[in-house]
Amino acid sequence: MAKVKGNVTFDEDLCKGCGLCVSVCPVNIISLDTGRINKKGYYPAAIEEMDKCIACTNCATVCPDLVITVERL
Amino acid sequence: MTKVLMKGNEAVGAAAIAAGCKYFFGYPITPQSEVPEYLSRELPKIGGVFVQAESEVAAINMVYGASGSGARVMTSSSSPGIALKQEGISYLAGAELPCIIVDMARGGPGLGSIQAAQGDYFLATRGGGNGDYRLIVLAPANVQELVDLIIDGFDLADLYRTPVMILGDGMIGQMMEPVEFKERPEKNLPVKDWATVGTGGKRKPNIINSLFLEAELLEKHNHNLQAKFARIRENEKRVETYNIEDADLVISAYGTTSRIAKTAISKLEKEGYKIGMIRPISLYPFPNEAFEKINPACKGVLTVEMSAGGQMIDDVRLSLNGSMPTYYHGRSGGMVPTPEEIANKVKEILGGDK
Amino acid sequence: MTVIFEKTKGLTDKTFHYCPGCTHGVIHRLVAEAMVELGVLENAIGVAPVGCSVLAYNYFNCDMHEAAHGRAPAVATGIKRVHPNNFVFTYQGDGDLAAIGTAEIVHAAHRGEKFSTVFVNNAIYGMTGGQMAPTTLVGQKATTAPYGRDEATAGRPIRMSEMLATIDGAVFVERVAVNTPANIRKAKKAILECFKVQLEGKGFGIVEVLSTCPTNWGLTPVESMKWLGDNMIPYYPLGNFKKPEEVK
Repeated sequence: MAKVKGNVTFDEDLCKGCGLCVSVCPVNIISLDTGRINKKGYYPAAIEEMDKCIACTNCATVCPDLVITVERL
Repeated sequence: MTKVLMKGNEAVGAAAIAAGCKYFFGYPITPQSEVPEYLSRELPKIGGVFVQAESEVAAINMVYGASGSGARVMTSSSSPGIALKQEGISYLAGAELPCIIVDMARGGPGLGSIQAAQGDYFLATRGGGNGDYRLIVLAPANVQELVDLIIDGFDLADLYRTPVMILGDGMIGQMMEPVEFKERPEKNLPVKDWATVGTGGKRKPNIINSLFLEAELLEKHNHNLQAKFARIRENEKRVETYNIEDADLVISAYGTTSRIAKTAISKLEKEGYKIGMIRPISLYPFPNEAFEKINPACKGVLTVEMSAGGQMIDDVRLSLNGSMPTYYHGRSGGMVPTPEEIANKVKEILGGDK
Repeated sequence: MTVIFEKTKGLTDKTFHYCPGCTHGVIHRLVAEAMVELGVLENAIGVAPVGCSVLAYNYFNCDMHEAAHGRAPAVATGIKRVHPNNFVFTYQGDGDLAAIGTAEIVHAAHRGEKFSTVFVNNAIYGMTGGQMAPTTLVGQKATTAPYGRDEATAGRPIRMSEMLATIDGAVFVERVAVNTPANIRKAKKAILECFKVQLEGKGFGIVEVLSTCPTNWGLTPVESMKWLGDNMIPYYPLGNFKKPEEVK
């Protein structure tokens, strides 16, 4: 059976760097990008290895700030 | 139109229904429990809603919800319960919501007594709750006027988007007098497009609110409220005057006390005294201009209230602005002054000069 | 590519003012999504509390009332009695519902008022800076319980769901939590069921949602989720306490 794959987009300027999405990703691909800050002054959440995303929507489910949109490929 | 003999408290309910009010939220308290009792019987007959709330606090908040949703709505209570409602009344005023609040005042402070008193004048006319606001306050002196002022009150509330208080007392609530429900002309009132009825997907949400966290916005809101109160003062003063151009002394009284004062004046006139009367009917806006029309040779104004220290007398003094002496006669605790007491006080002031 | 998770139209475009990691954001979303899914958003009228979510009237994309502290169930009563066919809800915190507003929620339940309440329990007073709430746990520190809640002087925390479930007029009572994605999904189901009970005209319904307050608990958002699971759930058990025979 083909693996479900997903594409996650972050509305970065809404992110408050709370880290909840990072903690619930089952494939551990989300991290807070400590290399930059967003308009609010937080380290925004981001994904580098999008090809590992399984579209489980845990991140979007736990995000309190409507940052995340998830698509299933 | 036929006249019906009605108890004041029941006439309150009948007047609300005549004004098209179908929602009442209240709580029992002597001497106005007949208001919720009457409406609990009559509102279901016309498809209206009666709720006996768990407290006067809950009742005024139900009024807030119903009014914000566009309905004509009323609550009633007596002094201790009106004290409980002050938070809700401040919110109603701040959110600019129309409603009628009926106070059948009784002795205080605190639990007080269950008989009539006029110790709620300050509470009624000075806002009563927190913040800068006023209520339109109307004071009937008989059951017919009680009915008329309630029906007018609903229109005023809608016209100005503001709560209106009907300040009665235990006597007017309990007495029975003939009442006529007269036909009235249709009033042109603003549409309540601000009410919460569901957006229907057709407009932005309506929000009923008195919170403005930004100070500049709250100041602007307060300026708007003050402008409203200025328009109310401009247009809604009501007063009854008698013989003030020629009087040696003027008596000022409101509500049921004014009727006793009138009897005292009749007695005094038979003895050759010339006594005038100013009966404010709107306590806010206070009819201060009437006091400016008193003949300058008048020896003063005697305020008579069922209040220990006098409350309306402050507004009398403000209106006279030092132009003539003021005197006070009051009873409290639920005691009612007699015409003789008032007449004797007048004689004492005038020192036997007729 | 199909979008499987996006922002609901049940919320406005206003950015939430809540602290990072505050679960009010999650719960607002669940409530808004539920209203959209049940087709009641355009007919909804909500009542906001006094507390961190006092500004909820800016976030829900429907007609809203701001209410005095604790009075939301009375305000909702007034609204629903005037508009029985509208969907009416209150959204309240633990100070609002379990302290100053306890009479109002008990009596709305007692009368079986047909509106739905979402009760956000985070065991502390958030907006005013972290004072003890009726729901603060024994031993838990708060600014007005600097040595920890002392059972001898402050009593044990109040379990609102269990208490309200004893009232006949309360026909749907469930406690959920939003500390894990799995629990969040269960919370959404409970909120949908609770709202359906109103639409079926069955009576009063309430969902108590165990929530976090990272700022006033002095923990990170991730630590707070763990603290909730380790400390609050044992005292405030999750589950349905009451529901009508059939919720379709």
